Amino acid sequence: MKIIHMTVNGQPREVAVEEGESLTDTLRERLGLTSVKKGCEAGECGACTVLIDGKAVNSCIYLTVWAEGKRILTVEGLRDDCGELHPVQKAFVEEAAVQCGFCTPGLVLTGVELVNSGRTYTREELRERISGHLCRCTGYENILNALERVVGKHDA
Amino acid sequence: MYDVKETFQATSAEDVLELLEAHPGAVLVAGGTDVMIRLKKRKLKDAVLIGLQRVPELQGVSLEPDGALCIGAGCTFAELERHELLLEHVPMLASACHQVGSPQIREMATIGGNLCNGAVSADSAPALYALDAELEVLSQTGVRRIPVCGFHTGPGRTVLGPGDLLLRIRIPRASYEDHGGCYLKFGQRNAMEISTLGCAVNVALTEDRTRIRRAAVAYGVAAPVPVRCYETEARLAGMETGGEALRVLRATVLSQLSPRDSWRASRELREQLIRELGCRALRQAIQQAGGEMA
Amino acid sequence: MGIGVSVRRVDAEAKVTGAAKYVEDLIPRDALYVKVVHSTVSNGLVTRVDTTEAETMPGVVTVLTCFQVPDHQFTTAGHPKALDPSHGDIQDRLILARRVRYYGDDVAAVVADTPLHAAQAAEKVRVEYEAYPSVLTPEAAIGAEPPLHEEYPTNELSRMDFTVDQEGQVHFTTFPFETGDTVAGMEGTTFHMPPVHACHLENTACFAYMEGRQMVVVTGTQAPHTLRRNLADAIGMPVGDVRVIKPYLGGGFGNKQDMVYEPLAAFLSRKLGGRCVAVVPTREETFVNTHTRHAMDITTATEVDEAGKITNKALRINSNGGSYAGHGHAITAYAITVGFATYLASGKQVGQSSVAYTNLPTAAALRGYGIPQLVYAVECQMEDIARANGWDPIAFRQKNVQKLGFYDPFGRFTVCSNGLEECLDVGRRVSDWDRKRREYEQFNRTSPALKKGIGMALFAYKTGVYPTSMETSACRIIMNEDGSAQVQVGATELGQGADTVWTQIASEILTIPEDRIRVQPFQDTDVTPYDNGAYGSRQTYVCGGAVKQTAELLRDKLLAKAGELYGRDAGDLALREEQVVLRESGERLGSIAEVCTYFNFVNDQHTHTQHLTAESTYTALSTCFVYGVSFVDLEVDVPIGKVKVNKVWAVHDSGKIINPQLAAAQVHGGVAMGIGYALGEQMLFDEKTGAPLNNNFLDYKIPTSMDVPEIEALFVETEEPTGPFGNKGLAEPPILAQAPAVRNAILHATGVATYEIPMTPQRLVHAFLKAGLIPQEGGEDCV
Repeated sequence: MKIIHMTVNGQPREVAVEEGESLTDTLRERLGLTSVKKGCEAGECGACTVLIDGKAVNSCIYLTVWAEGKRILTVEGLRDDCGELHPVQKAFVEEAAVQCGFCTPGLVLTGVELVNSGRTYTREELRERISGHLCRCTGYENILNALERVVGKHDA
Repeated sequence: MYDVKETFQATSAEDVLELLEAHPGAVLVAGGTDVMIRLKKRKLKDAVLIGLQRVPELQGVSLEPDGALCIGAGCTFAELERHELLLEHVPMLASACHQVGSPQIREMATIGGNLCNGAVSADSAPALYALDAELEVLSQTGVRRIPVCGFHTGPGRTVLGPGDLLLRIRIPRASYEDHGGCYLKFGQRNAMEISTLGCAVNVALTEDRTRIRRAAVAYGVAAPVPVRCYETEARLAGMETGGEALRVLRATVLSQLSPRDSWRASRELREQLIRELGCRALRQAIQQAGGEMA
Repeated sequence: MGIGVSVRRVDAEAKVTGAAKYVEDLIPRDALYVKVVHSTVSNGLVTRVDTTEAETMPGVVTVLTCFQVPDHQFTTAGHPKALDPSHGDIQDRLILARRVRYYGDDVAAVVADTPLHAAQAAEKVRVEYEAYPSVLTPEAAIGAEPPLHEEYPTNELSRMDFTVDQEGQVHFTTFPFETGDTVAGMEGTTFHMPPVHACHLENTACFAYMEGRQMVVVTGTQAPHTLRRNLADAIGMPVGDVRVIKPYLGGGFGNKQDMVYEPLAAFLSRKLGGRCVAVVPTREETFVNTHTRHAMDITTATEVDEAGKITNKALRINSNGGSYAGHGHAITAYAITVGFATYLASGKQVGQSSVAYTNLPTAAALRGYGIPQLVYAVECQMEDIARANGWDPIAFRQKNVQKLGFYDPFGRFTVCSNGLEECLDVGRRVSDWDRKRREYEQFNRTSPALKKGIGMALFAYKTGVYPTSMETSACRIIMNEDGSAQVQVGATELGQGADTVWTQIASEILTIPEDRIRVQPFQDTDVTPYDNGAYGSRQTYVCGGAVKQTAELLRDKLLAKAGELYGRDAGDLALREEQVVLRESGERLGSIAEVCTYFNFVNDQHTHTQHLTAESTYTALSTCFVYGVSFVDLEVDVPIGKVKVNKVWAVHDSGKIINPQLAAAQVHGGVAMGIGYALGEQMLFDEKTGAPLNNNFLDYKIPTSMDVPEIEALFVETEEPTGPFGNKGLAEPPILAQAPAVRNAILHATGVATYEIPMTPQRLVHAFLKAGLIPQEGGEDCV
């Protein structure tokens, strides 16, 4: 086993992990962050997406031993100090962008990455940016509506 | 949990070579997007992994004094698809990088890994072939420079030996200066796709922009390895930009390729894609180079 | 608040914060993990299993083989129990199979301390087979020796054949198994549909442990009570000693209606003294070891008179049921009947259907229950007839569709709400059909490579399964002392928004705002009352009735107690915004909270306390048709066979819409699934060995966000008298008309008719080459 230091949802953590442990497994099994979902464990569905140093990554094909010194964010870490939902979370709730909810945490995190980029995006750009997340319930329509609400580029 | 015996994080290129020597059979991992899949499928078991993420020699993109564009093998596609130097000098390569997998995959996957895993479907390969890229490979005997054309030796195989580390990819100035390029990928879906066929065309025009000075035409998944169509290129050189050039490409490329018939795509489809994507890429490359396409 | 309002999803916040727990999130730390050893032949007999090496592997607790399971066949079908044994579900499963019937069948199971250890050991289990040739299609399977199941010596699992006479009476009969384009003596056309998968994002995990004599199984099921009954039978335990818990569900679409690995997990747990045993299939396993949509060949023949009215009609469905029965017989039987209830014919009508056992994974329920296949075949044929005769495709359909007052001889009921023609009108208008038909035809004449098209298709679909099966659902509502309420139902939320709808219904009747009503999101058969499960787009129609009925009972109880408390006649009282008021004047007497608190805690030495609750069972002795149309605008990149769908307008008559925002969301998802069915999805198997080829998310092409067009959902709200609020089903229908609408739009664009889905670039390129749309090698300039 190896001791890994990382910042998870703002908290410094020291975790002993197996060499072959995926970040998904560490977050779920050792840190109880079960929002990180397993849909394919091959980087094909995006349900396990977390932000590593602010970037959306498939945590299922990322070994925890590579995360030494990194900042990890999951949706459990998104509420602000007053317990308020992040604007992306709010938009997902309000636009009914959530159905079964299995792809939701990963998509919310990609949304957070977009917000943090400081830019705005057209609907077509948003389609491209979320194309690493498979969703079988929503047809992506309301997910795009939710993201548009937060980071959309609206023509004058 | 993956079947991993031991992992190392190399901190320098030299470190990588030492680790490779100390652990024969160890696997180099850059982004992990391919190695982890092999582990998942249990094609790789009880693995010893050498992580390359923290090797500084593999990072960064720079313009060398001789004008060559140098890309660290450890650069991720996310970095490259929006890198200013690529967008300015080799937009075709930036576009190829952008067409890999998904945003999350591109965040991890590296251009070096894409080449070194030997996949014929590698999105970066046709573009690099069409750009006559050179590879800087480090081994115990020092750094050697090899052309990318010929790098792939078979499905999943390359010329690299067990003690080799791909350091950098060099794109000579002569390959991009005054050139126009285009990489087109075909997948059934518009994202999350492995290439069914990829075609890159890189052209330079005569000064008056009415004729093709030189053209490089490269394909992925059109044969067991990425392929350059030198015969077609020879025919195209000197031709006027326009429909006749497309006809020549269409009529000549197939004989230099050997597309497979598989459950992923029929030979008939691939042949049609070879002709069609080739024409489209040539047309766009010419336009990119400032030429007219009637 | 209440019905017809876009109330926010009650589970949305739990889902965006990660608080919602799914099966895999609940597996206890000390659980043992199972790795199933799958067969590497598709058809055969296990002759020997050698576990010697596997048992010595690290972490292994036990290895179970197909020679060590009870010789008791059970059913997995998520159906209510039929009291008539001749209508019972087919019992053709064992916990592990000696007689192997598909590539990947379960022949042994390794139990170990971690998933990796279980996987490593499973590779060391040596299995020997006596192999038979693979029979992957009905044609190959019917009559093949040896049969897959000895109870079905010809491999034909079931048939449903009939004629419908001119009075609309159905006469059941039996035809032989037939193939080819001729059906009932009429020249028809055969359409081919592949097996496809539900691809819910959550795999089908489950775990089992014992608490004393009780077996507790936590699993992602759409039908907890049905699963409990089937599971109790499978493992030989009394129903009351089996407890099924269904947490949040990551999608189901019908595929979680049937039992999968619950019997294996429970059997192993019992064998290991009640220890927790988890079966967590990979995505690759979920593709193969759960269920698929039936592959079907549908031959349809439709004759019309000069006025465009259908005279004679025959339909034959040859359905590939795969290795085990699942829902096979019911689905195909349903499809063949709906084939005679959408369009009406004046003359001869003949229906033939067959389901065959083959060496493919089991086919069972999947959104649409056989009707996506049927609608594809029928709507393509309707289009072809209209085109051949130069008729407007919409007008031709309008002449022949069933109308209000139609008596469905199969469901034995009269249609009393029908918005289909209005849906057609709306679709025609919003899609700008007439202009686009004209302009695209004009455009296409001079554009050889890029072609534009607009196409449409329609469907009719039933709500629930009555009268084939009974329709029952129960609800319990418990008042809290502060006037808020807890709602418990056995019907399941799996993403469609059911729990929000229950909240709205209870709120509507009890006048309590949605945020003071809590629906229990986990079904637990020890607690939640009975329900048949989520299928047949039945929940709002049936369980909605249960919630409404129970809320009404509770309201009456509240008013009776309020009458006692305030010294009034209960008949004079009403609830308004959580207050108890005089019905006539509206004068406020008190609040629901006050009544509840009072009777919860009253201690005046003579009043009996009462915790106000209500519970009731609702029986739906009815069904109804829902209708809809899909209009699809697309363009085709001819030389590479790629279709870009620009927009889909889906117009639905699902009766009264309870929650417009969630209803639209449901339509979006169904349309996207339909686009996948039309253009990309198919499960591929090696023709010789039956081995799956593309059982992963890279090679099985469900649409990404880059593949789904803009989708506009519209509703024509009719009033269905049998629905609790005038509502009808909606969950499944949005998928139904997409594939034929896409196909008909491609036909409009290119003039090339196709008869097989998915319409992949490969199929289209082949078709375009054949039709001369793509110049042959050495030909013209490219585009």
